[in-house]
Amino acid sequence: MPTYFIRRVLAAIPVMLVVAVFVFLLLRLTPGDPAAILAGDMATPDQLEKIRTSLGLNEPVYVQFTRWIGGLLQGDFGTSLISNTPVIDLVADRMWPTIWIALITITLSVIVAVPMGVLAAWKHRSWVDHAVMTFSVLGFSVPVFVIGYLLIKLFALDLGWLPVQGYIAPSQDFAAFAARAVLPALTLASIYIALIARMTRASLLDVLGEDYVRTARAKGLTERRVLFRHALRNAAVPVMTVIGTGFALLISGVVVTESVFNIPGLGRLTVDSIFARDYPVIQALILLTSGVYVGVNLIIDLSYSLLDPRIRY
Amino acid sequence: MTAFWSNLRRGAVAASALTLSAMLPANAETTITAVMHSGLRVLDPVITTAHITRDNAFMVFDTLVALNSDFEVTPQMADFEVSADGLTYTFTLRDGLKWHDGGDVTPADCIASIKRWMQRDGGGQMINDRMASLEATGDKTFVLTLTEPFPYTLEAMAKVSSLALFMMPERIASAPANEAITEFVGSGPFKFVADEFQPGVKVVYEKFDDYVPAPGPRSWFSGAKDVLVDRVEWVTMPDAQTTMNALMNGEIDFMESVPVDLLPLLEGMPGIKTEVLSTLGAVTIGRMNFKHPPFDDPKVRQAAKLAISQENVLTALIGNSEYFQVCGAIFGCGTPYEFTDGSESLTSGGDIEAAKAMLAESSYDGTPIVLMQPTDVVTLTAQPIVAAQALREAGFNVDMQPMDWQTLVTRRASQIPPAEGGWNLFFTNWIVPEVSNPLGNVMLNGRGDQAWFGWPEDPEIEDLLKAFAEAPDLAAQQAITQQIQAHVMENVNYIHLGQYFSPSAWSTKLSGVEPAPFPVFWGISKE
Repeated sequence: MPTYFIRRVLAAIPVMLVVAVFVFLLLRLTPGDPAAILAGDMATPDQLEKIRTSLGLNEPVYVQFTRWIGGLLQGDFGTSLISNTPVIDLVADRMWPTIWIALITITLSVIVAVPMGVLAAWKHRSWVDHAVMTFSVLGFSVPVFVIGYLLIKLFALDLGWLPVQGYIAPSQDFAAFAARAVLPALTLASIYIALIARMTRASLLDVLGEDYVRTARAKGLTERRVLFRHALRNAAVPVMTVIGTGFALLISGVVVTESVFNIPGLGRLTVDSIFARDYPVIQALILLTSGVYVGVNLIIDLSYSLLDPRIRY
Repeated sequence: MTAFWSNLRRGAVAASALTLSAMLPANAETTITAVMHSGLRVLDPVITTAHITRDNAFMVFDTLVALNSDFEVTPQMADFEVSADGLTYTFTLRDGLKWHDGGDVTPADCIASIKRWMQRDGGGQMINDRMASLEATGDKTFVLTLTEPFPYTLEAMAKVSSLALFMMPERIASAPANEAITEFVGSGPFKFVADEFQPGVKVVYEKFDDYVPAPGPRSWFSGAKDVLVDRVEWVTMPDAQTTMNALMNGEIDFMESVPVDLLPLLEGMPGIKTEVLSTLGAVTIGRMNFKHPPFDDPKVRQAAKLAISQENVLTALIGNSEYFQVCGAIFGCGTPYEFTDGSESLTSGGDIEAAKAMLAESSYDGTPIVLMQPTDVVTLTAQPIVAAQALREAGFNVDMQPMDWQTLVTRRASQIPPAEGGWNLFFTNWIVPEVSNPLGNVMLNGRGDQAWFGWPEDPEIEDLLKAFAEAPDLAAQQAITQQIQAHVMENVNYIHLGQYFSPSAWSTKLSGVEPAPFPVFWGISKE
């Protein structure tokens, strides 16, 4: 296992390097000029040129790339062309809201969805199964902003239980943090509950038809033990994959939910930076996202061997 | 059903009590929470023309002189005297002016600020072109001496549009004009709280206790800027519906810009007031590329102008006619230079037949005209669609190309032929103070490659602008602006498509909210 882990970490380096080169070149090929955005509507061509020079945008692309990669190797992600703020500070500020919402969403989703999926598989073709599948289809189909606005209307505007929007760090005021996290987490969880419940159900249905499950039942084991000890553990590998990918997706930004609930997370930062052609910020965010995907996939792969002893690395 | 909600609400009281503490400010200080039209990312008001940067600068920095609602220039940080020959401007700083770091405001600070501003602002450059000297003559006085009279000098210094003249400490203002400053110490009514600034997310201001308000009644940006609250927070919310929900739920106090189609949700709601604060509003315009056919031919430009109806454009853009005004005056209706000569077709629904006839007389050969359509800016998506239809009806072959705004602003700077990735026509908006003065209206520049995008070579308008700059009084200036109006309509330097207004909304807990070209937070108290 340690050898496998080290091999995977080393394999991530060329992946990240390819991402870095690709993102850098792609951004330079995309129409748009950060200097024009910075200078605004009234800038003369001469003023634009001066700003472009001061931002280093007139230098050859290979010089810009070398400087950026050189900075990265020293842990310097550069400075935002628009806000003149270190990129690392911008990303660090916006990372925590996203991480917290992602953690709460995934935890809530797993707590609700796995029992739902197990129940649906256990009571296959019963009303319970149909209810779970109906919820699952709804969770997938209703756009996230509709769910968000409906929850706001009900819990914030009509009942007055929760605030409409915003984010406050848990270290600053935990009660305020929790009050503001409930609705966005519920909104996002509606999709992930649907996804995980469906996957749990399908995976469990496959396993429940296996010989060893029949053997376990024939041995006289309780249904609970059969389901949770024997069947669910074997069905967990694809469910873990969905949970892991879902978490990575949440970290890489859920811009609609962040907009509806005014959460200053990575999704909004990504979109804002793309619209402003803020190259260093976009580059850092895409590298971060790639890193998260690489890391999450590694954790998922390692978790397989814990869940299923037959899998060895 | 009502009873159900009522019971549920009563049952929720306990839960609400728990979360209420989370929703309310932690202490008793008065804070106005406002959602402005966009997030603040660039802080230097000299490097960018972004409106939100200017709005922020008016909070933190103060101005030497200021414009009131009668378009008069009044003393703000300094009293001023102009010599009889119009060549010498003597400024005397008010007593007690301090920077937010405790230092005294000195003439050297003001001189450095003016010199940096002159490198970027069009009006500042005009003053600089005529400047003989700018030097301190005492602890509180400095003198600007010109080589020739330039009556626009004080108005340029009091401008309220982008690149306004803000005073900064000398150590900050000595930075090159093309490099963003990194320290935000002003002498304005609010202190910028750097530790709490999150670009694009949140800006926090605290009352500056040592601020010495100018004498005289508050009017736009002149007079007493009395701060009646402890803090102001600008929170960025990308979604208008969320902002309105937050206002209705009492989580914010002020929303600068309410989309007109969502306004009925707020109108008549207890505890919320809606009103147009920026009574001059904004104008929307179409700009052609003069460097390439077909719009290098004045007759083709005339044909395009004849085809388009202001009312159709504004209806598609705003919808509710209470919030737009068909207005033929290129300097804006409600301004001292409101003349409408030559705008009849625009304001009376367009004249497709006349457009067809004019196009037939012109050199137009049916080559597609490249019309750039931004798809991501709500206030700019409708104009190209309406204009394209009108132009097609008049006989133009229109190639409308959708793109994001940032692609458009880059592409419009390109002078290559339209068929090779250039352009023929685009639309944009300006707030009225940006176009209401001939010397501040960048679209009137007729110096070819040195002009604004589209690059018209128009010596006649340059002569008119020169005459305006030298005009001794308002009557003379008005006579010249009327000629400029007629010339722009005849030559079609740009197509003026009318005026529109954005309503604002705020909690009735706020008192003292008054009209201004953009929101100001002095003079406002909160219950």
